[in-house]
Amino acid sequence: MALEMTTDTESAMDTTISAPPAVSAEGETLKMRGRDVKVFYGDKQALHGVDLDVRKNQVTALIGPSGCGKSTFLRCLNRMNDTIDICRVEGDILLDNDDVYDPRIDVVELRARVGMVFQKPNPFPKSIFENVAYGPRIHGLAQSKADLEEIVASSLQRAGLFEEVKDRLDEPGTGLSGGQQQRLCIARAIAVSPEVILMDEPCSALDPIATAKVEELIDELRQNYTIVIVTHSMQQAARVSQRTAFFHLGTLVEEGLTNDIFTNPKDQRTQDYITGRFG
Amino acid sequence: MIDIAQDTAGSAIGGRVKGIPSGVHTTDEARKRLKKRYSMEARFKAYGIGAIAMAATFLVLLLFTIVGTGLPAFTYNYVSVPLNLSSEKVDPANPAGASYNKIIRDGLKAELPFASDRKNRRVLYSLVSSGANVILQKQVVADTSMLGGTGPVAIPLSDFADLYVKGLITQKNEITTTSAATVSGTEGQVTITAEKPEFGALIAALKSYYENEVTLLSDKIEARGRSEVSVNTKITGLETRLKSEKDPLVVQRLTAEVESNREALEKIKSTLETRKAELAVLQGHLANIENGGTLNNKMPSFFVNVNGGTIKAEKVTPTSVSGTAFIPLSSDAAVAAGQWGVEELETPESFRKFSDKEIAYTDYLVSKGTIENQWNSIFFKSGASREPEMAGIWGAAVGSFWTMLVTLSLSFPIGVAAAIYLEEFAPKNRWTHLIEVNINNLAAVPSIVFGLLGLAVFLNVFGLPRSAPVVGGMVLALMTLPTIIIASRAALQAVPPSIREAALGVGASRLQAVFHHVLPLAMPGILTGTIIGMAQALGETAPLLMIGMVAFIVDIPANPVDPSTVLPVQIFMWADFPEPAFQQKTSAAIMVLLGFLISMNAIAIVLRKRFERRW
Amino acid sequence: MFWTYAALLLLVFVAANVYGRFRALQVAGHQLSVLHSRPTYHGGYLAILSTLPAFVLLIAWAVVEPRMLDMMVISANAEVIEGLSKPELQAFLRDARAIAFGGIVAFSDAGKEQAAEVFASLAQTSFVLKSVLMVGLVLGGLWYGNRAIRPTMRARHFVERTVMGLLILCSAVAIFTTIGIVLSLIFESLMFFRQIPILDFVFGTHWSPQSAFEGAGAEHGEANTKIFGAIPLLVGTMLITAIAIIVAAPIGLLSAIYLSDYASTPVRAIAKPVLEILAGIPTVVYGFFAALTVAPFIRGWGESIGLSVSSESALAAGLVMGIMIIPFVSSLSDDVINAVPQSLRDGSAGLGATKSETIRRVVLPAALPGIVSALILAISRAIGETMIVVMAAGLAANMTVNPLEAVTTVTVQIVTLLVGDQEFDSAKTLAAFALGLLLFCITLALNIFALRVVKKYREQYD
Repeated sequence: MALEMTTDTESAMDTTISAPPAVSAEGETLKMRGRDVKVFYGDKQALHGVDLDVRKNQVTALIGPSGCGKSTFLRCLNRMNDTIDICRVEGDILLDNDDVYDPRIDVVELRARVGMVFQKPNPFPKSIFENVAYGPRIHGLAQSKADLEEIVASSLQRAGLFEEVKDRLDEPGTGLSGGQQQRLCIARAIAVSPEVILMDEPCSALDPIATAKVEELIDELRQNYTIVIVTHSMQQAARVSQRTAFFHLGTLVEEGLTNDIFTNPKDQRTQDYITGRFG
Repeated sequence: MIDIAQDTAGSAIGGRVKGIPSGVHTTDEARKRLKKRYSMEARFKAYGIGAIAMAATFLVLLLFTIVGTGLPAFTYNYVSVPLNLSSEKVDPANPAGASYNKIIRDGLKAELPFASDRKNRRVLYSLVSSGANVILQKQVVADTSMLGGTGPVAIPLSDFADLYVKGLITQKNEITTTSAATVSGTEGQVTITAEKPEFGALIAALKSYYENEVTLLSDKIEARGRSEVSVNTKITGLETRLKSEKDPLVVQRLTAEVESNREALEKIKSTLETRKAELAVLQGHLANIENGGTLNNKMPSFFVNVNGGTIKAEKVTPTSVSGTAFIPLSSDAAVAAGQWGVEELETPESFRKFSDKEIAYTDYLVSKGTIENQWNSIFFKSGASREPEMAGIWGAAVGSFWTMLVTLSLSFPIGVAAAIYLEEFAPKNRWTHLIEVNINNLAAVPSIVFGLLGLAVFLNVFGLPRSAPVVGGMVLALMTLPTIIIASRAALQAVPPSIREAALGVGASRLQAVFHHVLPLAMPGILTGTIIGMAQALGETAPLLMIGMVAFIVDIPANPVDPSTVLPVQIFMWADFPEPAFQQKTSAAIMVLLGFLISMNAIAIVLRKRFERRW
Repeated sequence: MFWTYAALLLLVFVAANVYGRFRALQVAGHQLSVLHSRPTYHGGYLAILSTLPAFVLLIAWAVVEPRMLDMMVISANAEVIEGLSKPELQAFLRDARAIAFGGIVAFSDAGKEQAAEVFASLAQTSFVLKSVLMVGLVLGGLWYGNRAIRPTMRARHFVERTVMGLLILCSAVAIFTTIGIVLSLIFESLMFFRQIPILDFVFGTHWSPQSAFEGAGAEHGEANTKIFGAIPLLVGTMLITAIAIIVAAPIGLLSAIYLSDYASTPVRAIAKPVLEILAGIPTVVYGFFAALTVAPFIRGWGESIGLSVSSESALAAGLVMGIMIIPFVSSLSDDVINAVPQSLRDGSAGLGATKSETIRRVVLPAALPGIVSALILAISRAIGETMIVVMAAGLAANMTVNPLEAVTTVTVQIVTLLVGDQEFDSAKTLAAFALGLLLFCITLALNIFALRVVKKYREQYD
């Protein structure tokens, strides 16, 4: 089944790749577009038709109270919801011009292009080197051992971790501190050279200093990657993101420039949330 | 570990990773790699499916073999003959004292009057079970209304006759005939002459037999020829050495060697001669085979059924067969086409333990409609016996029952009590830790070691009786104890602490809280674990061998200290018996045992499903 | 006799229980509130006090009495018994008992009659003594308990302490079992090593105990020490175990992986019971299957390609044993594979790994210690397995690693040495215990090691 799929995909992609990228009203390239996204867990509907664009080389923050569907939406973007048996997704999500839920789209390729960093740092129980080398290895990105070493070192540098771990690359990744582990996971994600990085509350398990470092890193990564971040903390959203989307009860209430959302929300619910009336 | 020059330009945090161009995942190359990865994925998945399929195949194969061999043993064939049970044969006052053997033999003789000489009669008598008289005696004693006249009584066949009727001794093929035939007589040597060549199948069998013999013999001759050559070479070699040898001792040795080799050569030559002569004879037969020949017992047997009689083919020509009439013909009249037939018994007589004559007699009884297939009640009602047709599983089943009773009454209370203590009361100290480690290790001790414990402690130190279910039960109780303790602890653990707190909160003591509230809630889980443990114990064999439950015991044990055996041990013993009928018995006993085990496990599953509670 | 007394004690137990309740109500003047413990506990108090000591006495008597009687009979008939060998002495006592108490007497003579008389009179004395003591204990308990019942008495505490004592006793049974196993094995093995040097046993390469008493020295029961070498048995055991693991490890492991990460619910609903049924089949059935079907099949297959295969080949036994431990491997591996946290699988999937890549490169390495210990437990199970090898493997102790030849194992030899008639002191019988000790030590070491690994591994993800 998988074999037939890839051959079809090729032709499908060939036609789409040449199409011009979608552009927003302001002239910014739209990396990903969600249109009327609905998600069901069994009989329960978790998302009620969300339309949301993700702009290229910007950080988009998804905020909202617990259970509002922001993580669910995030996991739709690289089809991590596929791992949950009872989960069903409707609507369109486009990466450039490809519908990621098109049956002809290959999920492995999608996830290589749309990487993910999780809430709790989850380094593999392997050495630091092997953790970062994992992605390049499975995708066959390195031609030689030297290539691989270069990619690993470079990824760790880009993740701002290289200086801290360069002398102990063969020690287990699980032995690092929480903040270092999360940056290791980021290094692991960028080693695959994704186009988009999804971050699901990446700092919620970290202390303030580690959080600051990761936030700094996110800001730096923005130049080369498109980032979508789910966060509980409005301060974090304000600090790292250019655009913010506010979710409530499975719907997208409001989306706009982060500054506008925080200073001048259009919707009463957003107002209530950012002023701390609920959450 | 990594030795790369720091590149100043690209080392900025947040930059693109060096060495990988952007869009690398949508290149053709990447797609090609992906294709490979997916075929790997498919292969891996196939391995998984293969593994499951293999396990399932093993199971199906095992069950299929067991059921296939065991199923026939659930029924048994009886021959129903009128027996004279009048008062002159059986004294109504003392029915047990009569000679039932004679009564049965007389009955059989009346059925097959033509089997009159001693040899034939012995064949006839061997068709019924050698224990038939005992069974008849029991039947008569139990039901005296059978006495006082002549009536048909069902008598169990011998084990081989039973197997034959079930089709397990040889395959039978009917060969239809298309022309009329004449017979030369009704008894003794009879020749059947058909109008057309009807006996091609017999000749074909004869031919393939001779061909096979010729091949075998030729191979032998060839091998002999080779050794002849090699011995010759050896002799030549030795003689050459002899010529150049000076040392008298060596000369002497070599001469002796040459001598012995010469002798060997002579022998080889003479055998070769005889073999070659034999081969010539065989080839002579083979050349002439289309005209017929003599059949022997190393090839399939053939019966000709004509005029109600059966003739065993001994000599055959394309149009005639002659041989002994095992069952006499009713007349020597000519028969029309289609009114007579030939029967092939595929397994040669010398390869089976049921002779052609026995087959002919059994077929005769079958054709008279006197043989009936009944539910094999002997198998379920009797104890062990050396005679396969008299052996049953009841003794072993009762032994298993007593053993399980002892096991359950020991392991259940002790196991539950231990679990309660360890889970609810035990302080966390070294002593309880030791007990826990101990229980885990006991669960993995080989069962045979428990048998050694039983032998050394229960039998030799405590002097308890050998082969007794009570000892077996004790050994199995020790063996199942860890299973029950572990399952009971899990069940107790699953009861939420709120229940205990609620009970303690209304002033119950800890013991009361456990016995009144926690234990009843944990009971389904405990029972499930107990049933699974008992199922294990029921199938266990090795430790019971150690304490002598492997003895041959005919009587049904009446209590837990009577010597007895248990089902799995009975299976083990039967599996070792050479009679083919015991193979069926073994499989049937396994089916009974598996039936018990499966129903026990099913009960456990139902129990778990029904009382499963989520907190 | 024992059961009669036990039944009587049960009656006393019930009666004392009822009376205790009544008595408690009486002393409280039928006002429940003045009682410290509920009447039920007073009943239990009285019942325990009256029957427990007598019950302990009854059991102790049952264990000690036969031994005491034997000793006393022997000392009373010293002149008759003199010169009898141990088995003869046992037969003598057995017959004397049979004459005295009824039973099947092999043959009788004056000496035995005399001994039987002693037996009968001693048994009579013992019976009277036991009865008097038990009645005394019961009455004493009743009297004391009856006096002690009063409103302030903490009957519940007494009952609960007794029950707790019972619970502790029950949980100590596991310890007693282990001690029993270790002591009995060591004790018998020491007797064996007194006859056969331990080094000859552990490092000897020749095993043929059936010839132990042939030739010179047979008269005195002195066994040839060079025929009890355990190495061939260990080699055979290892060979069969290795074949079993080669069959079971890949099938069990791949099944576990498939079931935990790939299978849809309906597939799991069929495959799991298949494995459970395989696990529930008694080993004797596997043995029969091996001997009836697999061994002839392998033999026929070998002959068809021109190999000579023994009809009791190690391959047949190993193959079937492998089938037997498939469910063992798969359920243990299933546990450890499921214990690998989902976050690791997600992390790998999030990087674009396929399922098999995730399993092979993340899940399996993470679960490796657990899988290794599962395999070790499976090996230990295979080493200790008896019935399959008894029925399908041979008796000849060949030192070979050729799976087509017949080999024998430790467990087969234990069974062969101990099944059937035996003298308890002969080197042949004792050798079985030495083998048992060897088996126990090997499996124990493997189990402890494996359980340690599992425990450590569990802690890693807790």
